[in-house]
Amino acid sequence: MKKTPFYEKHIEFNGKMVDFAGFKMPIQYSSIINEVKAVRERVGLFDVSHMGEIEISGKDALDFVNWVTTNDVSNLNVWQAQYTTMLYPDGGIVDDFLIYRLPECYLLVVNASNQDKDFEWIMKNEKGDIEIRNRSDNYFQLALQGPLSESLINQILKKDISNLRFYWAKEEEIGGCKVIISRTGYTGEDGFEIYGDAQVGNKIWDLLMETGEASETHITPCGLGARDILRLEMGYCLYGNDITKETTPLEAGLIWLVKMDKLDFIGKEALAKQQKEGITRKLVGMKFEGRAIPRHGYAIYKDGEEIGLITSGCHSPTLNYPVAMGYVKKPFHKVGTNIEIEIREKMIDGDVLTLPFWKNGTLKR
Amino acid sequence: MKILDELFYTENHEWIRQENGEIVEGITDYAQSELSDIVYIELPEEGVEVHKGEAIGTIEAVKTVSDLYTALSGKIVEVNRELEDHPDLINKDPYDAGWIVRIKISDPEELKDLLDAEEYKGIIEREE
Repeated sequence: MKKTPFYEKHIEFNGKMVDFAGFKMPIQYSSIINEVKAVRERVGLFDVSHMGEIEISGKDALDFVNWVTTNDVSNLNVWQAQYTTMLYPDGGIVDDFLIYRLPECYLLVVNASNQDKDFEWIMKNEKGDIEIRNRSDNYFQLALQGPLSESLINQILKKDISNLRFYWAKEEEIGGCKVIISRTGYTGEDGFEIYGDAQVGNKIWDLLMETGEASETHITPCGLGARDILRLEMGYCLYGNDITKETTPLEAGLIWLVKMDKLDFIGKEALAKQQKEGITRKLVGMKFEGRAIPRHGYAIYKDGEEIGLITSGCHSPTLNYPVAMGYVKKPFHKVGTNIEIEIREKMIDGDVLTLPFWKNGTLKR
Repeated sequence: MKILDELFYTENHEWIRQENGEIVEGITDYAQSELSDIVYIELPEEGVEVHKGEAIGTIEAVKTVSDLYTALSGKIVEVNRELEDHPDLINKDPYDAGWIVRIKISDPEELKDLLDAEEYKGIIEREE
């Protein structure tokens, strides 16, 4: 089992450690609900160093990245970030991730559970004059998320970072260490993701925690449990749950990540075909009555007929009702459709509704 | 981890307080801490006859869902309705405000099967 550079910090902060994607990671420190609240109201700090980093450089890097991913990196300026998917030829999703255009390379920040698979897939499809490097062990990654994160970063940098726009990054120095600060996140709140050399990670953690604790921000270390709820309240997909190799961006409502008019890319033909024929199911957001939690794998019904399965669900601490995502057969994907799920032999009423569930997030578009 | 000397326990991490032929049951501090963030509890109906070891309810936490077992046979005489709106009382105060059911026991012999605080401590140490 691998450890991130912050393993000792998790133990020091009483993290409940679990095995996740080959890493020992904290699922929570104090309480998942309190950690969710901290991010929605103040600021939380997440170790996300388990995520993988793949660098692609060389003369043909742009063309190659455009060949293996669905969004169009030719639109990217240096220091700009883009959310994208990578597909199999049949249109199934290999992974979803952020790409940064850095001065020297494209940096792909991939899901921890997919990093080996992604690297192999990219290597397998290698073409042109490019260099591909799996640098996952060399980077630390921290996510600082919440409405007070900008104020905390300003205090640490001793300057104003407010002009850094959403989905842009820049190089900065924290405590004498070079880091990349990116205005991105997976929570729906304003926030930053910070990348740097794995060896200086702890120094950055200490600075963030000490500055946060000494200021009005009351920074809270947060685990994977809170991260999962925060992203679900925003309707963000989690690979392995809501998107897999069995689902396509069309079915998952991620077609905005696919630029059909760019040059050829892996999966394009299959998607074009699916677009023409029409999809039979769609990923939707749902809310439910009562307090029972709709969990992954529960069946969704309409008038007694099974029409789909829950892929992710939770009791939303922010909204105080159960929410879920799942694939349902068309035409039951339409907003306002009344549906039911079965939880422990009881039928629970719900409705299809528009995502995100949490609409008052502070993220800067 | 808080374990109260005056209570009895089960291997399923329930605590039992004896009160004149009735028992009050809840889940232990260890159990609530393992479950963490309880968001919902399905309570049994009052008046129902239950049998030792039977699942009588469900405790739903953010991470997982767990059955609630009755430690003893008897009739449910009261359930803690406060938990319907405030299931987190179990996290905050597992041995008092977070009590779950009161049972009029039908077989006092079963009391002998319960663990005392020392024995329960041993079980937790083995699990940790």
